[in-house]
Amino acid sequence: MATNGAGLPRPLGLLAELTHRCPLGCPYCSNPIALDPRGDELDAATWARVFKEAAALGVLQVHLSGGEPASRRDLVDIMRSARDAGLYTNLITSGIGVTPKLLGALADAGLDHVQVSIQDSEEKSADHIAGYEGAYARKRALAAQVVAMKIPLTINIVIHRANISRIEQQVALALEMGAARVEIAHVQYYGWGLKNRAALMPTREQVDAAVKAVDELRARHHGRIVIDAVVPDYHARFPKPCVGGWGRRSLNVTPAGRVLPCHAAESIPGLEFWSVKDHSLEEIWTSSPAFNAFRGTDFLPELCKSCERREVDFGGCRCQAFALTGDARATDPVCHLSPHHRLVEELAVVQEDRAYAYRRM
Amino acid sequence: MTEAAAAIAGDARPRLPRGVRLVHNEAQGGWVLLAPERVFKADAIAVEIVKRCTGEATFDAIVDDLASTYNAPRDRIATDVGALLRGLVDKRLMEL
Repeated sequence: MATNGAGLPRPLGLLAELTHRCPLGCPYCSNPIALDPRGDELDAATWARVFKEAAALGVLQVHLSGGEPASRRDLVDIMRSARDAGLYTNLITSGIGVTPKLLGALADAGLDHVQVSIQDSEEKSADHIAGYEGAYARKRALAAQVVAMKIPLTINIVIHRANISRIEQQVALALEMGAARVEIAHVQYYGWGLKNRAALMPTREQVDAAVKAVDELRARHHGRIVIDAVVPDYHARFPKPCVGGWGRRSLNVTPAGRVLPCHAAESIPGLEFWSVKDHSLEEIWTSSPAFNAFRGTDFLPELCKSCERREVDFGGCRCQAFALTGDARATDPVCHLSPHHRLVEELAVVQEDRAYAYRRM
Repeated sequence: MTEAAAAIAGDARPRLPRGVRLVHNEAQGGWVLLAPERVFKADAIAVEIVKRCTGEATFDAIVDDLASTYNAPRDRIATDVGALLRGLVDKRLMEL
């Protein structure tokens, strides 16, 4: 891994949350509960500067996300400035608002890759989860246009109790849509997902069947479609390595310009985030208190420091440690060795069939 | 290695598919091949080969060019280029 003068690793990816506005209301949205209002959004010129600074810092790929990035009328200008900075451009979209004309303009300006989310393989269920009538049909139409323009397509499906039993049909749908890659991502419980946890939580039997299904589908479709899976959160034995390690591989810029080590980092109280309005990206990466708060493994409890997986998962996810134990420096309680692991086991069996609290501004 | 080289036809015109790009990044210390959610470091030899994969030059022409540019035995170049391209094709990072 390349490092800078201060011996810090260099980031590879930048998640650019261009806006928090979105027509969908998915109850597991990764945006924070307190959404940035439209009036606070960075302008296109500032994004262009951020992309140049990102490339100079070592960033190779930018993920243009949101909210729904197409809610920005200047999306083509923003995308082009990322390309001009030398970055690989990935549009992460709900599909709503990306007209054929807009997609054509993005393609002409050099868009490299498109990721479209699908909420389920069954139309009625998909629209219910998205909280948006007609979303499924519009997503399929957009995916067809992406493929017709020969832009590589990834389909992303977040799975939870309502749709986890249809992974086979979901992968079949991704194939039918012409995707070269599909992400099967178990829901993660932060922000909106945490708020809806009991309504989203799958049973242990469902999770075991899902893991088995992914393995079988990978073997069956080898060479036709790449299946990437994000592991089930509360049902794992070991925690996930939060964003490949805090402040190691990636950064996230919010619509208003705050720079975060991960999209959920603002859920941890007391962290000081710097903004691209006040500092260069290099200064923020190197010196901002939030990025330095949990770098390395020195802050971790002895349980993690003496663990052979120390450099594999870095003690797990800081946001999850805080959300479940109240201490962001604790071992992620998903780890079966954590003294708080019983909490996770107890929460993983709480399934309540209640209405979703949809993500709304 | 020889088998992999033989697997690519002399008149094939290798090219990077849409969504795969070779870019230079100073901070990362050189050239990288970028694909959806994937990053591959490219060494100096790989860079010289991939740069020539424009979709216009044939495999034979690329090998000739490299052999004369680097004043190296054509057979060895053909083997190396074939192996590298076959590896990229298998990862969907190159089209023939």
